[in-house]
Amino acid sequence: MSADPATFRFVSTNRRVREDRRFVAGQGHFVADVALEGLLHVAILPSQHPAARIVSIDASAALAMPGVHYVLSGDELAAATDPLMNGLDTPNVRRYPLAVGQTRYAGEWVVAVVAETRALAEDATEKVRVIYEPLPFVMNAEEALKPDSPPVHPAHGSNVLLDRTFVWGEVDKHFAESPRELSFRVTWGRSSTVPIETFGVAASWDPWRDMLDVWASIQMPKYPDQIARALRIPANNVRVHQDVDVGGSYGVKRGIKQTVLVAHLARRLGRPVRLIEDRLENMRGGDAHGPERIFDIDVAFNDDGIVKSMKIRALDNAGAYAGRAPFQLGKPIGAIVGPYRIESVQYRAQSVTSNKAVQEAVRGFGQAPTNYAIETAIDKVAAATGLARIEVRRRNFIRKDQFPYLIPSGSTYDSGDYHTVVDKVFAHIDFASMEKERDRLRASGLLAGIGIAACLEPSGANSSFEPLLNEKNTTTTWMDSCRIVIDALGFVTVTIHNTSSGQGHETLVATVVGEVLQIEPDLIRVIRPDSLACLPSNSPVGSRMAIMLGGAAFHAAQKLKTKLTRIGAHQFAVAEDKVAYANGSVASTDKQLAWIELVTIAHRQYHMLPEGTEPGLESTHVMQVPTGGTLPKDGRVQMYPCHSFEFHVVLMAIDPALGKPDIRRYVIGHDCGTVINPHIVKGMTLGGLAHGLGAALLEEFVYDDEGHLMTQSFMDYLLPSAHEVPEVEIVHHCTPSPFTVFGQKGSGESGYLGAPAAISAAVNDCVSPLGISFNKLPIRISAIGDAIADAQQGKPQEQAK
Amino acid sequence: MKVDLRINGVNRVADVEPRKTLLDVLRENFLLNGTHAGCEHGVCGACTVLVDGEPVRSCLMFAVQADGYEITTIEGLAPAPGELSVIQDAFCETHGLQCGYCTPGMILAAHALLQNTLAPTREDIAEAISGNICRCTGYGQIIEAVQFAADRLRVANTPRPILTEKPVVEAK
Repeated sequence: MSADPATFRFVSTNRRVREDRRFVAGQGHFVADVALEGLLHVAILPSQHPAARIVSIDASAALAMPGVHYVLSGDELAAATDPLMNGLDTPNVRRYPLAVGQTRYAGEWVVAVVAETRALAEDATEKVRVIYEPLPFVMNAEEALKPDSPPVHPAHGSNVLLDRTFVWGEVDKHFAESPRELSFRVTWGRSSTVPIETFGVAASWDPWRDMLDVWASIQMPKYPDQIARALRIPANNVRVHQDVDVGGSYGVKRGIKQTVLVAHLARRLGRPVRLIEDRLENMRGGDAHGPERIFDIDVAFNDDGIVKSMKIRALDNAGAYAGRAPFQLGKPIGAIVGPYRIESVQYRAQSVTSNKAVQEAVRGFGQAPTNYAIETAIDKVAAATGLARIEVRRRNFIRKDQFPYLIPSGSTYDSGDYHTVVDKVFAHIDFASMEKERDRLRASGLLAGIGIAACLEPSGANSSFEPLLNEKNTTTTWMDSCRIVIDALGFVTVTIHNTSSGQGHETLVATVVGEVLQIEPDLIRVIRPDSLACLPSNSPVGSRMAIMLGGAAFHAAQKLKTKLTRIGAHQFAVAEDKVAYANGSVASTDKQLAWIELVTIAHRQYHMLPEGTEPGLESTHVMQVPTGGTLPKDGRVQMYPCHSFEFHVVLMAIDPALGKPDIRRYVIGHDCGTVINPHIVKGMTLGGLAHGLGAALLEEFVYDDEGHLMTQSFMDYLLPSAHEVPEVEIVHHCTPSPFTVFGQKGSGESGYLGAPAAISAAVNDCVSPLGISFNKLPIRISAIGDAIADAQQGKPQEQAK
Repeated sequence: MKVDLRINGVNRVADVEPRKTLLDVLRENFLLNGTHAGCEHGVCGACTVLVDGEPVRSCLMFAVQADGYEITTIEGLAPAPGELSVIQDAFCETHGLQCGYCTPGMILAAHALLQNTLAPTREDIAEAISGNICRCTGYGQIIEAVQFAADRLRVANTPRPILTEKPVVEAK
């Protein structure tokens, strides 16, 4: 750690988030607000079949409509572009923006219609005639795994995208020696982040400058590179405008297929073209669903509740194309034992294709489902041993004095103090009185229960899961960057090199640069150059920006501080260690140079600069991920550098006549190290928790037996409203990370990573007196009500398979 | 079809297709981009505007239906360029937003509440914003913002017009 928390002026203080001002005035600049001269609009005709051969497409009636400019098919687009990037080594799982030859899920985009207005384009899609020949299809992951299941990609040979078993430590020995074992299955239902702004992209092509300009609602690493590759153009012919505000993403806004489609049309038609998904396009065919995962778990433990070893089989239903789905099985390897001292783990990661929509990265990148499985295991060990659930956790937690702690799968956890966080939360709650309250609710005729969950948020993303799951991938860096310029009048401008979707990156870098240079952050301008003027960035994924952008800003500011100090010392003709930098000025024992004097020397008075000093005041820093840089070895790798901790306690009551879970109290203990802006971290935690509540109780993309998506509007895919989300109490703790500049860790996924486990545990504690339990998320009101009614009538419970 | 609208206190005229929504007309004909499309089927509330002071989903209303009504968009709340209303400022104070996409609709819903209610309870606020989905914040800091704004408005020397729907409750 390079900075002393006791001396913070701006870091960790109660400062406003600078981005908020423009948004409360309705002055955000979202992709739908980008005005381009001569803009044409796209509407999409989707497949009505989960799998079908495309026999013919007749667009003549659509093209005859006034105002319709073009109708694009998959064949034309595939001839003009390369397949979209696929991170795995599965070359025959080819993906294009529009279906080529056959469709692979209901809702898949088949034809794009371009017209003067979006309404006209939608009208014209109704005139396009597509003849299909339906093909066999498969929706269920276990069915898809069978050798005789209909292959979604016949050329690939099977539906298996990934089937990899890792053994870390002496799993067989530990199981053989274990006095006790238990096994169970839990299932994480298919949900997603579903931002309120759908994905949108506008593009224009200038044939005289060979330039593709792109404005998009994007949150994606290496986006310009992927556009260039797919369109077969040099990367420096792609200019992505990063000053577009993104209306929520939480992982999913990676609209590469939308972008390639629109960019091709802009090039083909010589006019700017825009596609803003409507809600149906977004939910059914926007390729932004999240993990859908079956966990089969075996646990080896003893009568003291000590968990020695685990076997985890995770079977994920990727949907029709590889997307990022398989890698979402890889990232949780970096925290595969959660906050526990589990000595060995066997992990079988299986990803299969099916005739469902494609997955995209979702908040936590597979960590929330994994945490749900691990926490369910700990609860089951508690039930089996008769120990309190919290006692089992306390006994298995890694202790504060054991950090840095190497887990069996190769990651070293940076720091933590789990026992203290739990103690603080329990003291805050007065846990004994919460148990009394639960008993009082039970006595009043309600079903009542308490759920607890503890978990980690790996943060500071690198992409170690890529080389781990695909040995042809040799990526060992996932850098981020910052540039600072002090102009000739002494004003500071900082550039950041990605879009933001609500994370407050402008506030982050202004706070950090202000902290280092000891100047008021509100006077610092923060800008986002277009991608051709950008330094390398891997975008705000994997809870990384406090660590990576914050770190890059810190180091860039340090370089400028060093230069200013050197200039000052040179004027006084003393060594650098004989002067002090304070509040923008440099002083020796008897002399001082003010900020503007130092700036003037740097910008105008070369003759006064130390020999070999570049004129001007500019610095850049490209930051490597702390602890990153090595390739996997023997199936082990250092995943993310930092590990935040969260601990949830939920008191819930269910009226047995209604089946509706009513959260009476929700307390979360949160330790993400040094907090840079308390408002931002609080918002992330509360928002993530609400999102986790949705995944636990409400949200699911449900397909019927005919392969059609049934929950494709907000009428039936239910997002939590202010009525569903309870008031949440946050208990703070700070265990600084030794690997970051201020001791900060990530918080972008906080709340979401543990809430589903905690809420599920609370529901199960509520219904346990009836002898029933739920092993699949989301646990809908209807499922609870039905199971309670059945139990009361003595019928056995039907469990999800 | 000609439509006469009064938007943020100014009379505006447009010639629009009868099937065009108020949302699309506000954005495309009048370049009032603060009103956002979220679901376009009346659930999320991102397109909320005030029609005669009441929150309305502009995606569910044709512009021709709004003829003759007083429409307030987010652009009509700030007293002057660069100057925020009490409610807008309260959202900044508590960070009652993240990505900012639902925020205009959320602030208009809060504005309508506070026009009529001097000291709303947490339940009153949750009810007032329950038709506006925020995916970022989990609502905690939004509710704090509305409470904070209510506190400030109660002590501000600013008359509010209606204040009849609920009995006036003094601050705690």
